[in-house]
Amino acid sequence: MRRIIVCLKQAVDVSQLKVDPATGQLITATAPRKMSDFDKNALEEAIRLKEKLGDAEILTVTVSSEDAKAVLREALAMGADKAYIVNDPNVKDVDTSGTALVLAEAIRKIGEYGLVLCGETSLDSFSGLVGSRLAELLDLPQITSVKKMSIEGDAVMAERTLENANETVRAKLPCLVSVTHEINQPRIPSLMNIMKASKKEIVSWTVADLGVQQDKLVSKLELVEVLAPKTERKKIKITGESVQEIAGKLAKALIQEGVVGR
Amino acid sequence: MSENKGVWVFSDVHDLTLEMLGKGRELADKLQMELAAVLIGAAVQGKADELTKYGADKVYMVENPALERVQIEPYLSVLHELVTIYKPEIMLIGSTKNGKPLAARLATRLDVGCVPDCARLSLDEQRRIVGERITYGGNAVAKIALKTKPQIATVPARAFEKPQPKERNGQIVKPDVKIEMSRTETVETKPLETSSVRIEDAQVIVSCGRGLQKNEDKVLLDELAGVLCGQVGCSRPLAEDRKWFSEWVGLSGHKVKPKLYVACGISGVIQHVAGIRDAKVIVAINKDEQAPIFEIADYGVVGDLYQILPALKEAIKLQLH
Repeated sequence: MRRIIVCLKQAVDVSQLKVDPATGQLITATAPRKMSDFDKNALEEAIRLKEKLGDAEILTVTVSSEDAKAVLREALAMGADKAYIVNDPNVKDVDTSGTALVLAEAIRKIGEYGLVLCGETSLDSFSGLVGSRLAELLDLPQITSVKKMSIEGDAVMAERTLENANETVRAKLPCLVSVTHEINQPRIPSLMNIMKASKKEIVSWTVADLGVQQDKLVSKLELVEVLAPKTERKKIKITGESVQEIAGKLAKALIQEGVVGR
Repeated sequence: MSENKGVWVFSDVHDLTLEMLGKGRELADKLQMELAAVLIGAAVQGKADELTKYGADKVYMVENPALERVQIEPYLSVLHELVTIYKPEIMLIGSTKNGKPLAARLATRLDVGCVPDCARLSLDEQRRIVGERITYGGNAVAKIALKTKPQIATVPARAFEKPQPKERNGQIVKPDVKIEMSRTETVETKPLETSSVRIEDAQVIVSCGRGLQKNEDKVLLDELAGVLCGQVGCSRPLAEDRKWFSEWVGLSGHKVKPKLYVACGISGVIQHVAGIRDAKVIVAINKDEQAPIFEIADYGVVGDLYQILPALKEAIKLQLH
């Protein structure tokens, strides 16, 4: 079939973040990076669709102010055919509107496609807005929170979970789908595929290559401050001679807190 | 000066609309502006009075059979036209599965910013809203203001208290707007099996992590949850890797806000902790004295959940009677 475009973010690996003991601030600049988890699910789904459909081509698109070669190589090793990156210091402080704009222009430059796949949200900022903003800019029908999908003829069939219901939704291609963790378990590339990936092409563009004007990238948000989350917990250790004694003390404490019993 | 005026709230989940009316009322009073609710659907007239009772000065109601299902294009076109005509200063949108994409697309269509998932909202000295949201996987809270208008923020369920309803006068406005056709077709809708209350609504949650050895051992949690009139939950590995549960508590799963959260055999990785930070009381039971869960617990027991849970159940039964 046609081409499947997967949007990939190089995210801060939030499990490896450290706090600067002097300032109490998170050290994000030098924290390790990795492919955003949900985007990896999107890529895995693209690969599975290609395996079913036969003749699809998977193109990944990344927007980053930093070098993201390792993430792109990983994507190619997993099974993407070609990786595009808009690598430009001008996107350093963009908000979701700027990221979506650059992605949209990159996708337009790539040309024809049948499906755009995104992760529902990103590992680090967890905004969950870029996919929807992109659908609006590309004027595409969109299905979010997808946990199962298939291509049937010229349409996507997808299952999504809402607050109180499961929905099956159909949309004609081309369309944009954002996926959740539940959709699949991403593969770990084999050594053979890692080696093959080194021959695959990475295309690097700047914002200027896409004809995006600087003023369009000015953030519409103002980051007032970033704080460490407050943990005002009592941290009382309950100890005792026996399990029964411990359980008794804990039960008493919970009843006194007024959180047990009606 | 800005010509934008008024604080608006909209959600496809009615309870969330009511919660946002509480916060919206506070913001509107401080700004000396009007508070309005947007009410969209196929048959929604009956809800308009309730919105007034919960604090709305005005209800913008668009009722049309084409709005029966919450779908992007019809809902977005209505919201966009209303906002374009009446120009609110602040627009709070419920951060539901359908609300979030609507907010993102509305912001894009208007070429403005959007702060998602604000657990807190305040006003700064420039009378702008400042949203507080969890970021970096629960490692930080970011305070973000909007430089564009309308200021759009999304609000998760249960971030704010529902206000007390009062008899008051409100105005219902029924604008005539164009409704775009949906480009997605809803083939099937199945209500979620609700064996009991949804976990986000549970007052007490007994939750397990990798310390639980066998699926059958869930009975230990069931029994404790039974005496506590609570629900059973789990951390991500038990749902994603072991498939013992269909959903989990955590940043990527359900964010919960119970009176009591009992974490059994849960190590307490930051993503899990981010999902339970609003619990009133957290109890941690873990064999590993070093487990990070103890750092965010009110009461910690270093021990084997297989011994503690049955004993705790008996102790609570005994002391309650």
